[in-house]
Amino acid sequence: MFPEIPSEVDIAVIGLGPAGSSAAMACAKAGLRVLGIEKRQEIGSPCRCGEGLSRSALERMGIELDEKWVNIGLYGQTVYAPNGKYVRIDFDEPKGWIIERKVFDKHLAVLAARAGARILSRTEALDLVRENNKINIRLNSGNGTGEVRAKIVIAADGVESKIARNMGINTTLKLVDIASCAQFEMANVKIDSKRAEYYTGNEIARAGYAWIFPKGKDTANVGIGIRKPFANKTAYEYLKEFVNSHPGLKNGSIVEVNCGGVPVGGLLENMVADNFMVVGDAAHQVNPIHGGGIAEAYVGGRIAAEVAVEAVREGNYSKEFLSEYNKRWWKERGNKLKKLVKVRELVENLTDDDLNWLANYMTGEDLINLTRSSGIKRLAMLLMKKPRLLKFARKLL
Amino acid sequence: MIEADGKCLRCGGCVSVCPLDALTLTESGIVCSDKCTDCGICAEFCPLSAIKTEKVGE
Repeated sequence: MFPEIPSEVDIAVIGLGPAGSSAAMACAKAGLRVLGIEKRQEIGSPCRCGEGLSRSALERMGIELDEKWVNIGLYGQTVYAPNGKYVRIDFDEPKGWIIERKVFDKHLAVLAARAGARILSRTEALDLVRENNKINIRLNSGNGTGEVRAKIVIAADGVESKIARNMGINTTLKLVDIASCAQFEMANVKIDSKRAEYYTGNEIARAGYAWIFPKGKDTANVGIGIRKPFANKTAYEYLKEFVNSHPGLKNGSIVEVNCGGVPVGGLLENMVADNFMVVGDAAHQVNPIHGGGIAEAYVGGRIAAEVAVEAVREGNYSKEFLSEYNKRWWKERGNKLKKLVKVRELVENLTDDDLNWLANYMTGEDLINLTRSSGIKRLAMLLMKKPRLLKFARKLL
Repeated sequence: MIEADGKCLRCGGCVSVCPLDALTLTESGIVCSDKCTDCGICAEFCPLSAIKTEKVGE
């Protein structure tokens, strides 16, 4: 019967977002037998993402820009303080893009298939049982159940991941470590279609921010991420108020509604078990300051795949062997992201007054550099000028 | 036990914050198991206030 489910593979990847497709692609390129499954009928949908991708993120992923999934090139960005004062930066050429995740995610799955992975959408993993140094996965592919045995399972099943927990890895997020997000894709809005805009303020988006990411000349992703327990309203309520108070947005139309949870902390010391690895949102591989996770997921998937390939070559799928992935990921990404969690902790303590004050001193370059350690140091020096913020400055240094 | 109403968009964030691993995201919505103690963390997280717990309903 078509589509046929292979009975035995080297690697089974569950979930085909950027992390899963990246892992499937890298394992297939190394010559392993790979099955990648996606429970939804369409890879990339529904989109739970602001769809921003910076040039540095793209370079980290090492993939070619393709006009088929790029909406807009960004020639600048503006960050607004609560009092309307702003910090802006302009670029001569695009330093980022707003992409179309529904096309992008499917494109990555196509690349994985082209590399030799077997891809199956509308196929759900019902349960996993470890047996004889393999994992048996019971699958439901829409027209009945089947079973596949894998030497290693790579779980890329998103923020709602249950698989890692079932395999003994505690991925439960604290409320403080997850952003509660709502987004409208809007049409007929009056916006600057070449820049990304961010709005801060405790009334606008408590312990988070609002964004306007252009997708076309009069279309945009307009979203909000906030964090409980700091916020006293839902993300959706904040978003409605933001849109209503913005002259360029309030007369626009809503062509898509999304919501979701974005891990912004809770980085996992351990992401492996015997015959098992977890990647992407399911492993909380997200930038804790802005909540961007496309490149983090892709890189996480690639690092996991590198170790999985070595494991299959060695015939060793033990937790000890696979924990090389923990080591490599923490060295390449984890330690950097952990520093950014500290900046996030600062942000949740800033009053509107502090944010207005910061807007007087920060430059556009400072904002861009915030994800680098030099930028964090510079921010700490700045905070020292205001006695109230001194204690937060110390934590950053 | 918790219940998600028609506002639910099945984003699954509630599943990730449930300390008791009581929730599962399915095609038809959020399914709650009897491990649930009505702690309300899922409802607190929900971007759409789609979740009602017995506690919130009181």
